[in-house]
Amino acid sequence: MTEKKWSRNVALVGTGMSKFGAFSDKTSRDLFVEAFCDLKNYVDKGFDPKRIEALYLGNFSSDQFEKQAHLAPILASWIGISPVPTMRIEDACASGGVALRQAALAIASGEYDVVLVGGVEKMTDLHIAQVTEALGTAADSQFEIPAGFTFPGFYAAMATAYMAKYDAPKEAFYHVSIKNHKNGALNDNAQYQLTIRQIMESKKERAAIKGRPVPEWEDEMEFLSDPKGNPNIAWPMALFDCSPVSDGAAVALLVAEDLAQEFTDKPLYLIGSGQASDGALPDRETLASIPAAKLAGAQAYRMAGINPEDIDLAEVHDCFTIAEIMASEDLGFFPHGEGWKAAMQGKTARNGDRPINTSGGLKAKGHPVGASGVGQVVEIWKQLHGIAGERQIEGEPRIGLTHNVGGSGQTCVVNIFERRD
Amino acid sequence: MEVPRHWRLKKQRYALVGEVCPHCEAKIFPPRDVCPECGGEAKTAYAFSGKGEVYSFTRMGNAPAGFEEQAPYTVALIKLQEGPIVTAQLTDLGNQEVQIGMPVEMVTRKLRSDDGEKGILVYGYKFRPAMAA
Repeated sequence: MTEKKWSRNVALVGTGMSKFGAFSDKTSRDLFVEAFCDLKNYVDKGFDPKRIEALYLGNFSSDQFEKQAHLAPILASWIGISPVPTMRIEDACASGGVALRQAALAIASGEYDVVLVGGVEKMTDLHIAQVTEALGTAADSQFEIPAGFTFPGFYAAMATAYMAKYDAPKEAFYHVSIKNHKNGALNDNAQYQLTIRQIMESKKERAAIKGRPVPEWEDEMEFLSDPKGNPNIAWPMALFDCSPVSDGAAVALLVAEDLAQEFTDKPLYLIGSGQASDGALPDRETLASIPAAKLAGAQAYRMAGINPEDIDLAEVHDCFTIAEIMASEDLGFFPHGEGWKAAMQGKTARNGDRPINTSGGLKAKGHPVGASGVGQVVEIWKQLHGIAGERQIEGEPRIGLTHNVGGSGQTCVVNIFERRD
Repeated sequence: MEVPRHWRLKKQRYALVGEVCPHCEAKIFPPRDVCPECGGEAKTAYAFSGKGEVYSFTRMGNAPAGFEEQAPYTVALIKLQEGPIVTAQLTDLGNQEVQIGMPVEMVTRKLRSDDGEKGILVYGYKFRPAMAA
């Protein structure tokens, strides 16, 4: 393949997000406005919204979740940027990451100089069975779903294959969950700002108050190993292996590189981007890895001219704990079959040599599916600017990566950002 | 669930009919008229034997709508002898523990019932442990 080069480079000059969680009093419009207002806090030289020339919106299915299709022009009008062109990008849970990449390509093409990227999903109005059915439409609805599969089921089948291939124990998954909850506990925007230990202790307290036998869990590992604490969803994936159902929005402001200093003294540069697709789960060459993620990552590294070792931190798509372990291998941080060991050894913790999901990840921060890919970029912005508060990683990180997956791996998009000052 | 959606798929669902590529001999399921291996046109029908082995699986504790009465159940990816992988529920397991590589064979069973909607009973393939020859 001949080496291709973007016509011009793209900078990120600010990000914003709503709190992620379950908000019965908020629509996707409210959440999007909240994220947009937050953006203004981070574009340090300020900006006139009238400079925005287009909106690229990642949204999986407002039509199913809110009975509202054609969402992008409504949101543009809600933040006062009509009549700019708007488009909704739908690539399941990768919608946000793909929207960002498409917005960047539109800037690189020369068509626009300033583009707003949004991601939003409002999922919690529906009953959980309806949410499962809505998410199921991101799989093959003719052949996978009628067999009785669900998304936890797909990732569970990948986990079964991974465990068998690499002799990995189920406990490796618990370490991912414990770590991401620890990080989420330090993130004011996270849906779950509780460690697994705190959740465990509160369950004990509740049992005591209600006069029921108090479970004798000694630590998080005992709690997670007990189906009473951590019920089976789709073996080997249990409740605490799964990201939650969430409401939330996130935005990112992208501009042509030569305009970046007009918005901020400290832009981030989008130095690498890649995207790939694949068939449904039965059409994959392996279940112990996500091939589209490897391809997207390789493209992004090649464009950036860097290697996996150069990444200081990554926000990866941990919709299920197995997904984070596979991502850590697909992105080249660890060899195939070694990711589960790295998770158990704490290498992916905030103080490890390869911090992953310092935000709490989708597991603890929440997974409003269309917003998740943009929400990842918010964390990279904060970490690379040294403003992530208590969860800030040490050593002045310079390069951050986002990895966003749609479906069970039918879409994957990887973006790499660099701070240069 | 809409009636034509099921009716269109009856050959595949009842008899595991896919396609064979006239150019490279690849067996194709689900049928799509284009060979995923060589990219050539492939419209020749091919009935799979229904024999295969468990490629991976999960035990569903949390069943989606239409499957509640079957829970907990095991769904699997089955690697057919002819090559393709299909998603299907395992049935007639008794106390048998499921393992990757376990030989299985196709049977036709009720997949789900949409009692609340149009009363459609959806039949199709499931797989059971292979009977000794």
